[in-house]
Amino acid sequence: MAIHSDVEGWGVDKNPADRPAVPKERTPPRAITPGLKRPTQQRPRNEVLVSNEHAGITRVFGTAVAPRGLSGIMRRAAFRYSEGDLRHWLILLAADRVDVVEGVIDDLRHGHVPNFFKEMGWKAELRHRPVRGVLKLAVTFGGLALAAFALTRQTRKRTYFQRLLKH
Amino acid sequence: MLALNYRGPSRLRVSQKPEPSIEHPNDAIVRVTRACICGSDLHLYHGLVPDTRVGMTFGHEFTGIVEEVGRTVSSLKPGDSVLVPFNVFCGTCFFCQRELYGNCHDTNPYATALGGAFGYSATAGNYDGGQAEYVRVPLADVGPTKLPPDMDLDDAVLLTDALPTGYQAAEMAGIKEGDTVVVFGAGPIGIFAAKSAWLMGAGRVIVVDGVDYRLEFVRRYAKVETVNFHEIDDITVHLKKLCDGLGPDACIDAVGAEADGSWFHRITGVFLKIQAGAPTALQWAINSVRKGGTISIVGVYGPTLNMVPIGNAMNKGLTLRMNQASVKRHLPKLIEHIQAGRIDPKQIITHRVPLEEAAEAYHIFSNKLDGCIKTILIPPSLQH
Ligand SMILES: NC(=O)c1ccc[n+]([C@@H]2O[C@H](COP(=O)([O-])OP(=O)(O)OC[C@H]3O[C@@H](n4cnc5c(N)ncnc54)[C@H](O)[C@@H]3O)[C@@H](O)[C@H]2O)c1
Ligand SMILES: [Zn+2]
Ligand SMILES: [Zn+2]
Repeated sequence: MAIHSDVEGWGVDKNPADRPAVPKERTPPRAITPGLKRPTQQRPRNEVLVSNEHAGITRVFGTAVAPRGLSGIMRRAAFRYSEGDLRHWLILLAADRVDVVEGVIDDLRHGHVPNFFKEMGWKAELRHRPVRGVLKLAVTFGGLALAAFALTRQTRKRTYFQRLLKH
Repeated sequence: MLALNYRGPSRLRVSQKPEPSIEHPNDAIVRVTRACICGSDLHLYHGLVPDTRVGMTFGHEFTGIVEEVGRTVSSLKPGDSVLVPFNVFCGTCFFCQRELYGNCHDTNPYATALGGAFGYSATAGNYDGGQAEYVRVPLADVGPTKLPPDMDLDDAVLLTDALPTGYQAAEMAGIKEGDTVVVFGAGPIGIFAAKSAWLMGAGRVIVVDGVDYRLEFVRRYAKVETVNFHEIDDITVHLKKLCDGLGPDACIDAVGAEADGSWFHRITGVFLKIQAGAPTALQWAINSVRKGGTISIVGVYGPTLNMVPIGNAMNKGLTLRMNQASVKRHLPKLIEHIQAGRIDPKQIITHRVPLEEAAEAYHIFSNKLDGCIKTILIPPSLQH
């Protein structure tokens, strides 16, 4: 058989017994200190949502961001359905989008206008793909300007129409 | 402290956030020394992972120095230098008892299908990640591993995910001496899978991707053949022709949900989200592997459904293997390979970026600019 002498280490693990994940399930676990006990129960610091496929809350969990606002209401609703139910995930994905809008509102409320250009890393785009970058910016801002123009024209038309109605 | 702060699809900033504290007696607080950006982070960054909350800090690949330990921690003390596997796992549940550390049942209340993972949405346990100055590391007596004295930090951080995942991908492909193995994806995971396939005695290794600079790198780094799928009319036919007309013995999917190569799958999987990501590479793998062959999947897909030709897999009598990597299980072996000079992981690192510039770093990695393969974020205390 082909022996690849040019490849450093070729075949050193060709015997499956030398591969640490063979067999797939191995007891007792080697990497774990013997005598380790099941972890004690962590106490929630904020709201934790629990999959209804679990018997209860797990012993350990993260507390990074708690559900809040409208997106939070949606997340709680999603957890009424099991992981096997599509609704669980679709509601969560929708909640993620609502959360983004709530995030912008929250920023503004704290007097912070989010800098989309910076948050999207566009400095890097202009540095590494200037032509495409500028074109894409032009299309985006051009589109926004057009939309704004169309909207204001519409409102102007409406007020003109309303004025007509008044007479 | 400074930490990455997710704001929405393709939007993030690095801002101040309260430092983490001990929340469970077996917690440790770790000061981060290195944090990588992973292909998996791109799925979060692009809003594909359900229950990714605004304000979260990503980062499941990091090394650090132990700052503080909880009451019951016995194997670590402040000052220890550790690498932290991306899995949060308990070591005692049904699955951990079988060394399936990536499938722990006691660290993620939000889902049963998925174990705990750092910085990977509430669906993976709502843990904050290591793309920050400090991070809470639960179960400090189980996951974190002290760095061997002579280990380079850049090698160590690649042992938290990329290298073990690539190695496990090759292992799950069931490689026998002389086998032909096709790896889809020339990102960090595919590169390490290709390298590992040689260690397991493959006779031929072919890597498929659509990005030339990555193919060039893997050709040099792992001494493999490469195929750019953009230059091929029908990749399945092409791979069969390359492999005696029958197809390769095993195919590895190291691409996952954001695959290119099919407009149909891009639109339905990535833009409309009617399916849980684009299963293009997986479809190619199933259709090109020889009958009776093996498919190994480490590419990540969402939790809903994907259009996968399972009928072909049945007719062809394929073996399908897949999992989240069980990182800790592979560490002793991989440390041995690094020390013996058989693998030099840090060579794949192309970018070292201050943590503060994470938004640009994500943009570059995501758009494959500037020859980017693997990026390390460096926290302010370690920048000079
Ligand atoms: N199972 C696990 O434990 C585990 C761990 C880490 C990463 N992952 C997953 O592995 C995958 C790869 O990770 P990475 O860090 O290398 O990511 P990456 O984004 O750097 O690499 C993916 C590569 O696939 C290429 N690609 C796109 N479409 C393709 C196609 N149709 N055929 C072949 N190649 C194609 C891309 O050009 C890119 O080079 C991701 O889905 C990631 O989430 C899984
Ligand atoms: Zn990773
Ligand atoms: Zn466990």
